[in-house]
Amino acid sequence: MRKLATIGCLLTVVFGLHAQDLTLEDYFAPVPAKAEAVSPDNDGFIRRWMLLEPISKPNRGNTVFTDSYLRAAFDTVYYKDQKTMLPKDGQKVKVVVPIEQKPKAEAAPMDFRRFQPLPQIPTKMTLKWHALDSKRFNVKLYRFATGLNLQKYGVIFHAVTVVYADDDMQVRLAVGSNSASMWWLNGEEVLLLSGDRRMVKDDATSRRITLKKGANILRGNIINGPGMSDFCVRFIDEAGNPVKNIQVNVK
Amino acid sequence: MKKIIYAGAFVALMAAGNAEAQIGQPWIHDPATLTFSDGKWWTFGTGGGGICTEDGWTWMVDKRIKTGAGAAPDVVKIGDRYLIGYSSTGGGLGGGHEGHVLTRWNLSLDPSSPVFNYSEPIEVASSKYDEDCDAIDIGFLLDPTSGRLFITYGTYFGNIRQVELDPKTGGRLEGAVDKDVAIDCEASVMMYEDGWYYLLGTHGTCCDGVNSTYNIVVGRSRNPEGPFIDNVGRDMLEGGGRMVIAAGNRKTGAGHFGRTIIDEGVQIMSCHFEADYDRSARSVLDVRPLLWRNNWPVAGEHFKEGVYSIESERRGYSLELEVDFVRQQVERANHWNMDPAEPYKSLEVQKLEDVIDTWPKGNTTVRCSDYMFRPHQKWQITAVPEAGGYLSDPYFKITIAGTNRALAATADLELETVPEYTGADNQLWRIEQLTDGTYRIMPKQIPGKEGDNTKYCIYSQSDSNPTLAKYDFHSDNSKWNFRQH
Repeated sequence: MRKLATIGCLLTVVFGLHAQDLTLEDYFAPVPAKAEAVSPDNDGFIRRWMLLEPISKPNRGNTVFTDSYLRAAFDTVYYKDQKTMLPKDGQKVKVVVPIEQKPKAEAAPMDFRRFQPLPQIPTKMTLKWHALDSKRFNVKLYRFATGLNLQKYGVIFHAVTVVYADDDMQVRLAVGSNSASMWWLNGEEVLLLSGDRRMVKDDATSRRITLKKGANILRGNIINGPGMSDFCVRFIDEAGNPVKNIQVNVK
Repeated sequence: MKKIIYAGAFVALMAAGNAEAQIGQPWIHDPATLTFSDGKWWTFGTGGGGICTEDGWTWMVDKRIKTGAGAAPDVVKIGDRYLIGYSSTGGGLGGGHEGHVLTRWNLSLDPSSPVFNYSEPIEVASSKYDEDCDAIDIGFLLDPTSGRLFITYGTYFGNIRQVELDPKTGGRLEGAVDKDVAIDCEASVMMYEDGWYYLLGTHGTCCDGVNSTYNIVVGRSRNPEGPFIDNVGRDMLEGGGRMVIAAGNRKTGAGHFGRTIIDEGVQIMSCHFEADYDRSARSVLDVRPLLWRNNWPVAGEHFKEGVYSIESERRGYSLELEVDFVRQQVERANHWNMDPAEPYKSLEVQKLEDVIDTWPKGNTTVRCSDYMFRPHQKWQITAVPEAGGYLSDPYFKITIAGTNRALAATADLELETVPEYTGADNQLWRIEQLTDGTYRIMPKQIPGKEGDNTKYCIYSQSDSNPTLAKYDFHSDNSKWNFRQH
C-alpha cells in the first residue's frame, strides 16, 4: 500500500511536468515597442511575427482544404487593406465574416475522434494584432489562440513579418504548416500548402524568388479546423541551406 | 467453350484478389503488433475489436477478445507473459484530450486458455485536457540489446512522448520521465534493427474512408531515447519522417505499424488500411513483408501472381525443367556485312507448342541454367487461397506456364515436377520476401515429414542443381528472385 502511495506521488510529480496550465508566455514573448530587428534562429527559422487574433471559419475537419476552397477562403476580404496593411502591435481591425461562410455538412468525417461541434459564426468581430517572438522554431498558433482565450478550432490566422536583406538575394521560401496555408512575398503569391497538412519542416518550398534589398513584407494565412495549428517558415538558398544573413522585424 | 473461358477468367480474378489481402474477416482499425499465443496469431484494435488466425492468412473475428476499452492497444511478450497496453481518450482532435494509458498482464491472449486472466491495470501515462499531448495509442519496444522496456504514445494533438517502463511490473520505471520524441504523428511504435532504434508514426488524415491519406513514416537514432532523424536530417520533432507505406493496390489509409520477426531475415509488418475498395471500404488488416534497404525499413508487396523466371541469388541461373534445350533456327546476318537499308524483322520467341512434345510425360526433375526465356524456364505462380497460407500471403502453386506441370517436393528432400497439379501439400509453396528483397521458397509439406514445413527451402546445392535444404539467411544458396523479363 505504501509502495502504491509512493508510486502515486511519483506519477503526480512526473505528470505534473506536462500537466500545468499552458499560457501564452510558455510559447511567445511580446516584441518590445522599440525592438531592433533580429536574425532568424540558428536554423534560419523566422520567429518574429505579427499575428492577428483568429478569424472564425468553422470546419468540422481539415479534409475540405482543396486548392479552390483555400483560394476562396483566403481571397475573402475580412477587413480593410487585408493584403496590404502593415499592422502595428495592438492595432485593431473590424472583421466581417460573410454569412454564407457556413461549412458544408458533408465536410464532417464519420469518425468520432475527428468530430467537433460547430460554433456559432459571429458575423462581426474586432480583432487585434499581436507582435510576438516565438520561443520555438515553429509558431504555435493553437497556443496563441488558447493563450488569449479565443476561438481555437475552425479559424484562419493571419501572420505578417518584415524581412530585411542587405542586397538582392535569390532564395526559396520553405514552409511547414498545420493545416493548410498560403504565403505572399511583397504582395505576390509564392506558395500554397493545400490539404490536411501536418507541420513538417521544409514541407513545401516556393519557386526561386527574390528578396529585394531593404524591407520585404512576408504575409501568411493559415487555416485549421480541429486540432492544433502551427507553422514554421524560413528561407533557403540554392543548396537548400538556411538563409541567416537577413534581419526580421514587425515594422 | 466460351462459358468455360469466362468461368476460368472469373476464378483467376478471384484468386488474384485473394492474393492481395488477408482473407476471412480481417476487419480491424489500429491493429496491435501481431503476437503468437496458443497456436494462433492475435491482434487487437480500437473499440475492443480483435481478430485471430491459425494459419496466418485466414482471419476471424473473435468477439470474446477483450483488451480493455478504448483506443489502439499494443502487445509485447516478456518471458512467458504478455503485456497488453491500451488507452482511453477524451474524444480526438476536436474533443477533450484527457488520455490515460494502461497496461496489464496475461499468460495467454486466447480467452479459451485456462490460464487466461488479466491482472489489474496499471496507469503508465496520462494527459490533461489541454496539454501538448493526447495520451493514447501506446506502442511497446522491448530493447533486445538491454532488456529495457519503452513505450511511446500520443496523437496529432501535440507531441508523441516516450517513457520507460519496468519490464517486471509493466508499470513506470522508478524515476522515469516522459520525453517528447515526435510531433504531428499518431500510432507511434519503436523497433530495433542492426544497431538502430526506429520510431514509426502515422501521418496524414485519419478516419476518412477512401479519402484517408494516412501513411506511415519513420525516423531513426542510435539511442533508444532519440533524437529520431529522417533520411534528410529532419528530427521527428520537426515533423520529419521517411515514408514506409501509403495508399496503393486499391486500399487507402495505411496506419498503425507493427513489426513481427518470423525467422532470421524474415520479417513482416502489419498495419490497417482504412478503406479497401474491394471490401465495401472497410478498414482491414494488411500483413506484408518488411524489407531493409540502407538501414531503412521498406514495406514489401504481397507476392503477385504471374509468369516468372525463378533466378538463383547464388549464380543468377534460372530454374528450369530438365529437358532438351531446343535450339531455334533463325537466319543470321554477318555483322560485318549488313545492309543498312534493310528493315528490322521481329522474331518469334520459342512457344510451348514448339517444344512440349519433346518433354517427358511423367515426373521430371529440375535444374538451373542460363535464362533464355524458353518455355521450360517460365513458371506460372498462382495463388491457392483455399489451401490457406501464412502471414503475408496465401500458398501458391508453381507450374510451367501453359501447363499443369507442377513443382513438387519429394520425400528425399529433392525437387521434381509432376505432370498434373493435384493440390497436394508438397505442391504448395510458401514464397516469402526476405529483408534483403530476395525470396525464400518453401514447400508447405515434405512427404513423410509431419506437419507443415518451416525449415526447408529450395536451396542451390550448386550453380546448376537446386535441392531442399535448411534455410540459412546468411547463404545466397537459400535465396531466389522472381523476374519478368
